[in-house]
Amino acid sequence: MNELVFFINKVLISGAVSGSIYAIGAVGVTLVFSIMRFAHFAHADQMTFGALIVFFLTALFPGSGAALGIPTPLLMLPLAMAVTALLAIGIDKTFYKPLREHGVKPIVIVIASLGVTLMLQGLIRLFSGTSSRSMYIEETKAIFRLDLPFDLAARPLVITEPQITLIVFTLLAVIGLHLFLNRTRTGKAMRAMSDNVDLARVSGIDTNKVVMVTWVLAGSLAAAAGTFLSMDVSLSPDLSFFLLLPIFAAAIVGGVGHPYGAIAGGYLVGYAETLSVFNWTILLRPLNNWFPEWVELPRNLSLVGTEYKIVVPFFILVAVLIWRPTGIFKGKVI
Amino acid sequence: MSLLNATQVEGGYGGMNILKGVDMAIDKEDIGVIVGPNGAGKSTMLKAIFGLVQVNGGDIQLRGQSIANLAPNKLVELGMGFIPQEKNIFPSMSVEENLEMGAYIKPHTTKRMLEKIYSFFPPLLEKRKQPAGELSGGQRQMVAMGRALMTEPTLLLLDEPTAGLSPLYMQEIFDRIVEINKAGVGVLMVEQNAKQALEIATQGFVLASGQNLYTDSGHNLLNNPEVAKSFLGG
Repeated sequence: MNELVFFINKVLISGAVSGSIYAIGAVGVTLVFSIMRFAHFAHADQMTFGALIVFFLTALFPGSGAALGIPTPLLMLPLAMAVTALLAIGIDKTFYKPLREHGVKPIVIVIASLGVTLMLQGLIRLFSGTSSRSMYIEETKAIFRLDLPFDLAARPLVITEPQITLIVFTLLAVIGLHLFLNRTRTGKAMRAMSDNVDLARVSGIDTNKVVMVTWVLAGSLAAAAGTFLSMDVSLSPDLSFFLLLPIFAAAIVGGVGHPYGAIAGGYLVGYAETLSVFNWTILLRPLNNWFPEWVELPRNLSLVGTEYKIVVPFFILVAVLIWRPTGIFKGKVI
Repeated sequence: MSLLNATQVEGGYGGMNILKGVDMAIDKEDIGVIVGPNGAGKSTMLKAIFGLVQVNGGDIQLRGQSIANLAPNKLVELGMGFIPQEKNIFPSMSVEENLEMGAYIKPHTTKRMLEKIYSFFPPLLEKRKQPAGELSGGQRQMVAMGRALMTEPTLLLLDEPTAGLSPLYMQEIFDRIVEINKAGVGVLMVEQNAKQALEIATQGFVLASGQNLYTDSGHNLLNNPEVAKSFLGG
């Protein structure tokens, strides 16, 4: 029983956490791709940027969330989302829009976004240094230990406040995005532009406005994902480095340009990661008595070591590109 | 004053002029048909009128107002509708959403116009929840025309509306174009099926190498032996 609880804590919950982060990130990447047709490499740095804004605001007004009974970083999140959305629009206006208007090939804009990545990373390090920091200043992270109503289960389920908030936020973001894309005029215009840019323009859709809305969505979601991740672990300037590959893997697995695919892809990559670093011996140990004597359980039966977690999305990416280049949902073939 | 009046239009892609001084005038009672050999600049002229091709010389006027090089969304607001030759639907969106996108600039008229379009193209009503990309060629063309009609344009531009359709559907589409025109919409279209198109045309324009070769009524062009020999396959 304890082993099962351990499995839930280590796989179900932590897979849901990294899956949610990847899902939110991949939605941003996929939206940008579907509207502007380029892979935006600076997306992960917008996550770090958003988290950094939250950190600064929290450091400026420590403990101000207490009045509302929520952690201060959470209180600062909406403001940071708005700032990051503005940053995303600013970056587009300064770097990508002039290129787009020149009618360059998408690969040129991809390279430009790599440049923006380097620039953002430099700026982030300039202002925050290179060390990791806790998002909780003068506050403690609430950790919930839920005792299970079974006699055999001595260990509690463990989940932290930012983890719960993240999962709830992802759920709401998915529902919100679905309603936005299917029920609102601007959301439908986004789908129309993703389907057929020329016809969207011919129909009188203001494509510049759609581009702007896309950056607002991508930027604010990135800020949220970065903040939740930093609250769960800590804020470090190289956060984006470890996110970029899984996020792109998630977007491509789901079918590029397909928001629901990105969400499914995010959880797929998240769970694939946690399942492959999980030590399966722990689950098998209680069954030891049933095994024939000559079978000896190895001490560690995980697929890959924790430090090699990053190869999992890489492997998924390669596998998808070989066997199903359009992704789970039919995306746009790159 | 004509609805559309294009005088000595020069234009093309990237500084190269494909159009070398084309004249064209259309009234709201007219169905104008542009015919001519491949590379004559037929589609380019239509796109130049709709702001999709750079106009470098001459002028294009809608009800006396110059519209040369205006952005397409401005032209939609001024009462123009454009149906591209291919890729003229949003394939992953439902038929109804396709039509709604047509009325993007006039959202308050969406409901009334949807009813109008469905009564004009009854097959679309049944399929309104289906992704437009799953429809047959003829029905797609109906979606494309319906989308362009959603703003109640006064001038409709069509780029080869019958390309790739079976003769049965071709006749159906031509019949619909005549009906649309009778409802008070000026029509200007490019057609490969020149003979059938000139039969319904009040104005015919024969272009070659980016210039007007003949301009006359559809009837006269059909009976002009030189036009028949060179452009209508004898």
